[in-house]
This record gives sequence, structure tokens and C-alpha cells, in this order.
Amino acid sequence: MPNMSMQKNPMPEQAPEVRNKNFDEVALGYTLEMAMDEAKRCLHCKNQPCVSGCPVNVHIPQFIAKVAEGDFAGAYQEIALTNALPAICGRVCPQENQCEGKCVRGIKGEPVGIGRLERFVADWWMEHGTQQVQRPAPNGHRVAVVGAGPAGLTCAGDLAKLGYQVTVFEALQTAGGVLVYGIPQFRLPKEIVAKEVDALKQLGVEIQTNMVIGKVDSVDELFQQGYEAVFIGSGAGLPRFMNIPGESLLGVYSANEYLTRINLMKAYRKGYDTPIARARRVAVVGGGNVAMDAARCAKRMGAEEVYIVYRRSEVELPARAEEVHHAKEEGIVFKLLSNPVQILGDEKGLVKGIECVQMELGEPDASGRRRPIPKEGSNFVLDVDAVIMAIGTSPNPLIRSTTTGLEANRHGCLVADEKGATTKPGVFAGGDTVTGAATVILAMGAGKTAAQSIDAYIRSKQ
Amino acid sequence: MYKIVQKRPLNSSVTLMEVQAPHIARKAKAGQFIIFRVDEEGERVPLTIADYDREKGTVTIIFQIVGESTMLLNQLEVGDSILDFVGPLGLPTHVEPGAKRVCVIGGGVGNAIAYPQAKSLHQAGLQVDMIAGFRSKEIVILEEEMRAVTDNLYIMTDDGTYGEHGLVTDKLNALLQAGNHYDEVIAIGPVIMMKFVCAATKPYGIKTLVSLNPIMVDGTGMCGCCRVTVGGQTKFACVDGPDFDGHQVDFDELMKRNSFYRDAEAYAKEHVCHLTGGKRHA
Repeated sequence: MPNMSMQKNPMPEQAPEVRNKNFDEVALGYTLEMAMDEAKRCLHCKNQPCVSGCPVNVHIPQFIAKVAEGDFAGAYQEIALTNALPAICGRVCPQENQCEGKCVRGIKGEPVGIGRLERFVADWWMEHGTQQVQRPAPNGHRVAVVGAGPAGLTCAGDLAKLGYQVTVFEALQTAGGVLVYGIPQFRLPKEIVAKEVDALKQLGVEIQTNMVIGKVDSVDELFQQGYEAVFIGSGAGLPRFMNIPGESLLGVYSANEYLTRINLMKAYRKGYDTPIARARRVAVVGGGNVAMDAARCAKRMGAEEVYIVYRRSEVELPARAEEVHHAKEEGIVFKLLSNPVQILGDEKGLVKGIECVQMELGEPDASGRRRPIPKEGSNFVLDVDAVIMAIGTSPNPLIRSTTTGLEANRHGCLVADEKGATTKPGVFAGGDTVTGAATVILAMGAGKTAAQSIDAYIRSKQ
Repeated sequence: MYKIVQKRPLNSSVTLMEVQAPHIARKAKAGQFIIFRVDEEGERVPLTIADYDREKGTVTIIFQIVGESTMLLNQLEVGDSILDFVGPLGLPTHVEPGAKRVCVIGGGVGNAIAYPQAKSLHQAGLQVDMIAGFRSKEIVILEEEMRAVTDNLYIMTDDGTYGEHGLVTDKLNALLQAGNHYDEVIAIGPVIMMKFVCAATKPYGIKTLVSLNPIMVDGTGMCGCCRVTVGGQTKFACVDGPDFDGHQVDFDELMKRNSFYRDAEAYAKEHVCHLTGGKRHA
């Protein structure tokens, strides 16, 4: 009998006033009973709209059926057929726009908690999984992957399963890309990322950290070294600033810097050397997930007051609804329809405030969102001692400027077709480096597609 | 892991280390830098590449023991390894084509970076004068090496205990007033020294290159911590530099930005120095 409850089983989480003082994971995950009960809400529709909503087409009803039976190992095997990083996806995918957005149960009531179930299964496997990953027989071909973020790791995992000898080159000291430097510990524990990366290594994927491609070796040189194809998943890591007065004051950070110090360098933990200034009042400029992450980190670093400064209104906030909800619960104050015009400093060059102007919404612009227009004479000052700019990123020019025959568009994004092929034969690309800043799961989808294209490309040469 | 194959103190607070890093040695050029992280709890710290040996696959760094990370690095001995060592980062030094005579100026440990610059210019056939400034006699480094690659080497000490008495800018002004002509001046050292070198060369219209040392985190252009204002524009020193036209640089802003973590740095140094005797896991 299916469970006909209209609501999802709620996920236990830390109370807001407790969690906004620690970096432990907010959502605690389903218990065995909750997972099995939730799994019974799936109606096993014939046309499986949820699967089409998943960028990597996880066999959703099949794995959920196994959860309902209590066969968690079987459920994991089912997910692993198409998804190399389920513990991560279950946590950070915007399921409301993907699998769960298409779930039939969502028409009347709440959709099945697919993300929560995927997370449960992946976590269960990490704790109880016994089966060794089978290392596939090598097919004798080598592929290089540039960037160990979600796109690169997925591509590498899929190619390794097909028998390719894959080397991933990562510029930072730790594999994971935005999963390790961007998304904070309280949303995605780094131990989980490390375990998923270890699983890829067991598949035979070699990961070389501290390798800045374009500086140590160029893409062209990778071919000379015998790699038959190269996948570029180098992301969009170049931060934007607003070019307003005061951006070089002490206490103004890009979100990338602020989050990297905290997440990758563990500035929040005692015993780690990387410093971070303790701010009392913080303004985070922007309204995406990165802005929410930065604001929630600032709160956990002890700030008394943290503002989100966003130039449009609440409905236009690009962040996931759940992240906005969590931020509000934790006491983040939203200054909507507000746009910074300058950052104010004291005689030592330290930030002492941010001057903003109020905005109103005009006609929709090219992006379809209503264009914010400043209201003359409505300037106001927020008293803050740190400002974090989270207004977006673009691809780092290092790869495109050091690779012959690789075209980029006017935003600096690599040009690639829907199969991930770039303008240079043998070079494939996917994720943020092609799309500009987007989501983890879209990057994984692109990595998956590119792996298929690379396989077809190398076979076609034989 | 990157193995240390040579370690040599140059004076009581400056150490030379040669590190096994073949992929960096293969590509390094004068003016580029590396980032090291000494161990798992370590921070990422930039250091200019002082030399490299493509055949041996080694990169040489010269560092002053100024704080926690350089103290911990200095605890390592030949045969030990540095956890992370990334590079070569930044753009190589670009010397004006057609330049025939240059003056290289180094301040303190900056001489360790000015020296390879002088060497590469000398090898390229330019006439190289060098002004090397130190606080006092005990900390003079690389004198023989510098002499071997320069046409004229002027050693200056603040207290007059060795070479000539005075600052590098005193010597530079004297040389310029005496009618010495330079196509380019390259200054590497404390920000304040680079600022005054630029002030000295400006009236003569001599192109002056400075190697900036802002605070860095990743060193690959993803965070903007190292941003500097050059000619009114924001530049990331790790990817657009570290060398810039000194007449365009906002030095006062750089000095302020470099002081941001002074308290945290002082605390960390105190801790590692006195409480643990220089070792992290005592």
C-alpha cells in the first residue's frame, strides 16, 4: 500500500538558534524508518516524469522501490548506475526545479522527497556498504580532465567505468572544486566529498592536485603527453566586483575569498593557520546561493548582524527557496530593493559602512526579470565592518588564453555544443566553464554527456 | 609531497631551500612565484621563485622567517617534504624590448628575488647595475652571486656597517644625478622602498617595474584578495602581475591592505615561537 500522506516526511534538522553558532550539518538526514515510510509515497508512475527531470537520469522509482523494501544496498547500486556522487546531489541539488518538480505527487500536496532519499541511501552506503567497487578492465586509452569540480569528477568517474585511464588535474590542494571551497560544511560536510572522491580513486581515477593547467602544462601539451582527449571542467571561478568606490577597503571580500578562507582553509576551526577577520556587522551583496552561504557563514563566525543586500525583490531572489528560508530562520536580515553605491571607510582604511540606494522595479529586461531602477534621493547607510561581494563569477581566462583553437563567447565562456564538443578537436568542456555560474547537478550532467562524447570520439578514431 | 633537497641559511633570518618539483622547474621563468602550504593545518603562502634547475627538476625559494608559516617551513630539513607546492604562478617579468642598461634594486630579502632578475638580464646581454640595500652588515646576502651578474654592484646599509651608508634611494638619486642613464629600473623589496624608488625615477621618466607582494590565498585568480589598484584600475596581482608599472601603482593602498591581518599574524607567530618552540605538534 502506498503512503498517501500529502506531506513529505520532514527532515530532522538542528534548531536555528543552535546551528547558527556551529558549522555542523544543518539537516540531519532521515532515519531508516523515515526513509522507508517516505519511499512508500512513490506511486511508480509508468512514464516516470521524475527521471526526465534529473540531469543525470537517476533510476528514481527503481531505487525508491528498493528503499521501501529495506534493500538499501540494492538502492545504492541502482543510483550508482547513473550518478557518481549521490551523497552530494542528495544534499545540494535544487530538487524543486528538477526531479521533485516533475513528481506527480507534487500536483496535490508535496512531491516525494527524492533528494532526501538519495541522500539517505548514499549515507547508508558510506556507513555500511561492503562491496568493493569493481575496477573495470583497462581499455588502453588515456583521457585528461582539467578541474576536479562536479563536472570533472563526474566525467572522470564515467570514463573510468568504461575502462579509460583518467587523470584529473586540479589547481587547488584538494579535489572537489566548489564542493570544497564554496559550499560550506553545514550544507555539505567535506568528509562526504572526500569519501566520494575516494570512491572515484578506487575506480582507478588518478587525481593530481596543485596542478594549474595553463601554467604547468597547457592543454596542447597534454595531447603531446599521450592523452587522447581532454575534458575541461575548470568552472567559473573569477569573481566580479561592482566597480564602486571603496571596494579596496579592508574588510571587503569577494564571496570566493571569504568562503575559500572558511571552507577550504578551515579558518573557522581552531588550529588552522589561515586568518579571517571577525566582523561584527556584515553586508553580503547579492541574492544567489553563494550570497546565502556567505551570509550564513558570517553569522557562524560570530557576526551580530548580517544583511543580504539585493537590488530586486524577494520573488526574484535567485537562491533556492530552502536556502532563503534557512537564512531567515538563522537571523539573516534581508535588505531587498537595495543597491550599493559606495563602501565607506575610516582613516585606517577599514570598512565602516555601505551606502545603498533604494530601487523600484520597472519593465522586464532581456533576462525576463523586472529591471531595478534607483529611486532618486533614497540613499541610506548600513553600519557594517565587512562587505562580501556575491554578485557572480565568470570563467577564469587561463585555459582559453593558453590553448590554441579554443573559442570562447563574449562572456568568456567556452563554446561547446550540446554534446560537450568544443571548437578544438579532442577537447570537450562542460559545467560552469561553458554555461557561466550554474548548479552542481547541471555541471554533473554536462560531465556525464561529455564522457559519452569522449568515448564515441575515441572509438571513432580506431 | 615536495622533497627538500638543499637547505642553507643565508643569514640569521633568511633561508634558501631547493625543492624537488620537476613540473614547476620545467616551466618557471624569472618573476613568477609559487604557493606553498607546509602541512595540513597550514595556510597558503606565496614566495617568488629565486632559481630553478630544469635538469635536476628543482625550484629554489629564499624566504625570510617573519611569521608562523615561514617558521614552520624553516623547521623542515633536507629530506623532509612540503605538503603543497604550486606553480609557476603569475606572469614572467617582461623587460622592455630594446633596453640596454638597467638598474636592479633590491631591499632586504627582496634581493633574493632581485638577484635572479639581474642574472637573467645579464645573461640576456644587458648592462646591469644593482643597488642592494640591507639594514646592516649581518644580514647581507648573496653578495658574490650578485657581483657575478652585475656591471656595478652597490651595497648599501642603513647603519653604514657595510658597503655605503644610506638607503637604496640615496644611491639611486646619486647615480641619476651623476648622469647615469637607465632604460629601466626594477625594484623589489618592502612596499615603502618600492614607493620611494618610483618617486625617484618619475622625474627622469624612467620606466620602473615593481614586484608587488599583496596578501594571497589561491594565487590563481579566483578570489581577488591580492587586488591592487594600478592606473586607477583593479588588478589581481596573482594573475595580472606580480610585476607592474610602479608609476601607476597605489602603494599607500597596498600598505594598508597588507596590514589587515597584522594582529592575527602576531598572535600566530607568538604562539608558534614561544608556546610550541617552533613546532606545530609539540
